[in-house]
Amino acid sequence: MKQLRNPGLWLALAITAAFGLWPALAGNKAYARETTFTILRAVAFASSLNILLGYTGYVSFGHIVFYGLGGYVGFYLMDVHGVHLALAVLAGGLSAALLAFLLGTAILRLRGAYFALATIGVNEAMRAFIKNFDPFGGPIGMTLNFQVYNDYGGANQALWTAYITTALLTLVVVLVSYLVKTSRFGLGLMAIRENEDAAEVMGVNAPSAKTWAYVLSAVFPGMIGVLFFFKNGNVEPGDAFVLHQSIESIVMVMLGGQGTVLGPVLGAAVYQRLRGILLVSTLFKNIQLVVAGVLLLVIVLFVPAGVVGWLRARFPRLRRVLV
Amino acid sequence: MNGQPLLRIEKVSKRFGGLQALLNVDFDLPQGQILGLIGPNGAGKTTLFNCISGVYAPEEGQVVFQGQDITGWKPYHVAHQGLARTHQIVQPLEELTVLENVMAGSCFGHERRSLTEAKTIADEVLPFVGLAERRDELALSLNVAQKKRLELARALAARPLLLLLDEVLAGLNPTEIDEMVEVVRQIREQGVTILIIEHVMHALMNVSDRVVVLDYGELIAEGTPDQVANDPKVIEAYLGDPKMAERLMGEE
Repeated sequence: MKQLRNPGLWLALAITAAFGLWPALAGNKAYARETTFTILRAVAFASSLNILLGYTGYVSFGHIVFYGLGGYVGFYLMDVHGVHLALAVLAGGLSAALLAFLLGTAILRLRGAYFALATIGVNEAMRAFIKNFDPFGGPIGMTLNFQVYNDYGGANQALWTAYITTALLTLVVVLVSYLVKTSRFGLGLMAIRENEDAAEVMGVNAPSAKTWAYVLSAVFPGMIGVLFFFKNGNVEPGDAFVLHQSIESIVMVMLGGQGTVLGPVLGAAVYQRLRGILLVSTLFKNIQLVVAGVLLLVIVLFVPAGVVGWLRARFPRLRRVLV
Repeated sequence: MNGQPLLRIEKVSKRFGGLQALLNVDFDLPQGQILGLIGPNGAGKTTLFNCISGVYAPEEGQVVFQGQDITGWKPYHVAHQGLARTHQIVQPLEELTVLENVMAGSCFGHERRSLTEAKTIADEVLPFVGLAERRDELALSLNVAQKKRLELARALAARPLLLLLDEVLAGLNPTEIDEMVEVVRQIREQGVTILIIEHVMHALMNVSDRVVVLDYGELIAEGTPDQVANDPKVIEAYLGDPKMAERLMGEE
């Protein structure tokens, strides 16, 4: 595997690992864990979205639907059927993948803005469906019996288990993102991004490649969803299908650099930190989304390639390190 | 499959609303030939290319490639069978490097090579079209002539059996045209069958073994370059085009 010797991959993994290890070194470990959890979740989510948005060139506004659905399915299995967290995480990933596969076959025929609109519709439809789906608790959602945590060595230990799993999973997402980018499959995706008609004429089976990219970008959000709601202890429609989280993920990918491996990692971390600071400031606490909007506008207008993309273009020598 | 042509176009018709773009077009392309496809603007040449490569499905008729009916197949399935093409309006993958563009041709075309093999093939093809020095630059940095050569390199990297060239000479200066004609000849020597659309007449007449002429979507003449050039129907078709009239007058 010659591609594993690329320093850029190790840089991206090292940065992700550094986030993951932060709570072990911090003074207030529980506080650091909660902060880092949201950062890792954002990194995993943005890196997943990047496979579709950055490599394939399809904007999904409703990507959070996979997180919500995966979270719900895993939560349901743990809560009602007493399934172990590990299996629930896999089931969450699988159900998100299945939804992406079915959706991909149907709506990836649409291009550009039409696809983006359809993804919003899917998220809203799913939220409405779950709200009225009694096995999942309808509008109230579900709450884990506290006893469940005993299987994982008590609530405190369970939180750490969820955290460590999330950290490892995030490393896997970054690795997968890199492997996709440097593979033949990834070259096909980028050909589709650049010119779908020309790609098809060259022999790229675009419908199939796009569907698999969509599936791959849905699996990990589905798994992270299970971990998050397990840690949270309850799940409800309003928390699982938050449309603006989808849009914030797009901002993260664009900020760091769409189509690069490192970009979404940095973009997610920086944005998530910024959001944390804004949320506790008296001036911005109610309007932090406005900052996201303005940020997106500035990126699209002035640095459409994002920070990493800009650095790559400006300093060609950095290309080996900034993949 | 000996004795049967590599490509057979059987009574192919294509309509866009009220416009009959192609009507009962019928011809054969034997293995190893260079067949020129000419006709005034709007005659349906590129539409025919699109019907062959799977971009459009013809309403009637059949496209038979290597004895197999490929009518209405998706472009990528046609490409996997061994067909590659260039576009009249160049379609480079702009944010990818020249090398990646050509590798993509090899990875997904006829032979569907691995990335490593594709890189080797791309490094063979790039010097052949004179783009070796630009290998690591983004495709968007190329000028039009270079983009045309990139299209050609991408198609060649697929190692196709049949190559469709759509106006690869248009917009090139006389020296570049000579170079490109030489490249086309060398491609044929490698055993690739070629169907070529061209407006640069002297070059096309020079390089083609046989020429077919389309006018208003119908095939009006077929034969050697000499036969076609002297065919009264062809001259009549082109006299509608004032530039061509001038060119014919100039030659006399």
